Amino acid sequence: MTENQLPAPEVSLDWLKSMTLIRRFEERAGEQYTRAKIGGFLHLAIGEEATIVGAVAALRPTDYMIATYRSHGQALARGSEPGRVMAELFGRVDGLCRGRGGSMHMFDLERRFMGGFGIVGGNLPLAAGFGLTSDYLGNEDATLCQFGDGASNQGTFGETLNLAALWSLPVVFMVTNNQFGMGTSLERHSAQTNLQIKGEGFGVPGLECDGMDVVDTWSVTKEAMRIAREERQPVLVEALNYRFRGHSIADPEDYRTEEEVLAWSKRDPLVTFADRLTAEGILNDEQREAIDLQATETVDAAVAFADASPEPEPSSLYDDVYVLSDQVRGWYSADHRGAGVQKGEDLS
Amino acid sequence: MAEMRYREALNQALAEELERDPNVYLMGQDISVFGGAFKVTEGLMDRFGEKRIRDTPISENTIVGIGVGSAMTGLRPVIELMTINFSLLALDQIINHAAHVRYMFGGQVSVPLVVRMPQGAGHQLGPTHSHSFEALYLHVPGLLVAVPSTAADAKGLLKTAIRDDNPVIFIEHETLYGQRGEVPDDPDFTVPFGLAAIRREGIDVTIIGISRMAQTAERAAEQLAAEHGIEAEVIDPRTLRPLDLDTILESVAKTNRCVIVEEGWPHGGVGANLAALIQEQGFDDLDAPVGRVTGVDAPMPYAKSLEQISFPHEQQVIEATLALFGERKRASRG
Repeated sequence: MTENQLPAPEVSLDWLKSMTLIRRFEERAGEQYTRAKIGGFLHLAIGEEATIVGAVAALRPTDYMIATYRSHGQALARGSEPGRVMAELFGRVDGLCRGRGGSMHMFDLERRFMGGFGIVGGNLPLAAGFGLTSDYLGNEDATLCQFGDGASNQGTFGETLNLAALWSLPVVFMVTNNQFGMGTSLERHSAQTNLQIKGEGFGVPGLECDGMDVVDTWSVTKEAMRIAREERQPVLVEALNYRFRGHSIADPEDYRTEEEVLAWSKRDPLVTFADRLTAEGILNDEQREAIDLQATETVDAAVAFADASPEPEPSSLYDDVYVLSDQVRGWYSADHRGAGVQKGEDLS
Repeated sequence: MAEMRYREALNQALAEELERDPNVYLMGQDISVFGGAFKVTEGLMDRFGEKRIRDTPISENTIVGIGVGSAMTGLRPVIELMTINFSLLALDQIINHAAHVRYMFGGQVSVPLVVRMPQGAGHQLGPTHSHSFEALYLHVPGLLVAVPSTAADAKGLLKTAIRDDNPVIFIEHETLYGQRGEVPDDPDFTVPFGLAAIRREGIDVTIIGISRMAQTAERAAEQLAAEHGIEAEVIDPRTLRPLDLDTILESVAKTNRCVIVEEGWPHGGVGANLAALIQEQGFDDLDAPVGRVTGVDAPMPYAKSLEQISFPHEQQVIEATLALFGERKRASRG
């Protein structure tokens, strides 16, 4: 593969900072999980930082980004406050979703990060919906939809790619092929293992990028976004990468060998990118350490912020189940009805 | 007032809302060129164009999901699924996404989406094309559920559904599309959600009819009055979420007896739910157990002779009502 040219030095350094923040954040999240600060499932993106940062770097601030249940990194790369991401993991009121979503359901409307989604393949139709809005309103916004190799076997994959091509929607579908659908390896779950061609029959051409290389991911995603935006042609991008940790924290990883993990870890996207920046004279050892230290400090602050944030009040339990209005004045649930004023009925 | 068919009332509601708000658009199978499987959207493409009246492939889950995504980003989609049976293919998008997105993202977005679809048996369409699923959608917090049984309600509720910021499951009935009814002329006519209609006043028993069964209940009530001297109050809740429980409880407080009539299956049905609410909150008002008349607990058969006994008719409603009075009422008539 011909090596892509680096962007401007300050941009390169920003990417390294962003990738480092994700790495340190995820490591700390894993640690907090073992200390029972975080409940439920925790899916870490360690090893996938280049795919996240490279893809996000190819977006305009007005573009929509939508991802999967492994989505802390996307939120961070999109600019969400680390403290609010950590607070969401802790289930606190200052979390991005006020403690309603948790690890699998990050969301930051202000930054057009349109969510982490817990249902494999469930986010693809929504991405096409964002694309339809852009098309309907006649603006230049485009959408990037990330999903895993496992999702490429869902019905929504074929349905959505067909519709996106049929309606010329400005959407880039990025399958992050980390080689496993949970614990089932690619060749054991997909008859077609060259995932970039999996959309061709639906009228969606494919591109491939090295998801372990932030520059390559950025370069290919940028071109895909241009095609989607300017030519109104949806594109499927396959980003080849590898997650260094298990599917979730509760994963014994019996399905892969230590040798395989070790071989991939030599291509650690964080290390290889930093090495390249050093080799090209953009980064010295001092700066490298400083970036790492800064990331650690940011994560320390995020944990402190999350720790200080209160747990949601029981009285907020029913908030946002509905948009309350003249039509839906109150709470009509069987367990919440009593003689008094019902939830939301007191509009004074 | 103008007399029109239920399908025409729906068509009028869609046309008026498309006219009123440029972000309202329609999407579904065969709704554009073909005019809709039940002709509800006839003529709309000529008037509003293909951008706003969109034919889709047969991909129910993705159609609903595109609706959810576009609703999250500012549009107001109205989706037609050809029948409620096919909505089973879209349950992931309806429940995990449409109903939950606002809550799980802490109120950052809303999903102003309407999913319209007809239900009901009686056309010999067999097990996969005759379902009644209002109970299924009633089960889900985050969804609103409307079940119009008249042309006026079809129009008024649909306009409200389109203007509301919540996802609405709008359940029409195949048998009602051709039925005529009086509909107000006022272009701003709407029917609010959460307001039951009292179809017939009475003092002896409250009969609650869901969807088409509101009409079955009304006809049964006329027979009960003529042949048994029982004056039934007939209530059509019109929306199941939100539910106008106050009107139901007030009626039961007056009549002390209640029968619920629905076309769907008995277990976990609308009637089961309403009976629980009524006994929880109106127990002291009841002189008899709450009666239920439902579809039979089996898939819908094809044979006409079997299909006709698989969903409620007036006779079952009359029998269930008489059972609540036992010997006393009958004796008093003697």
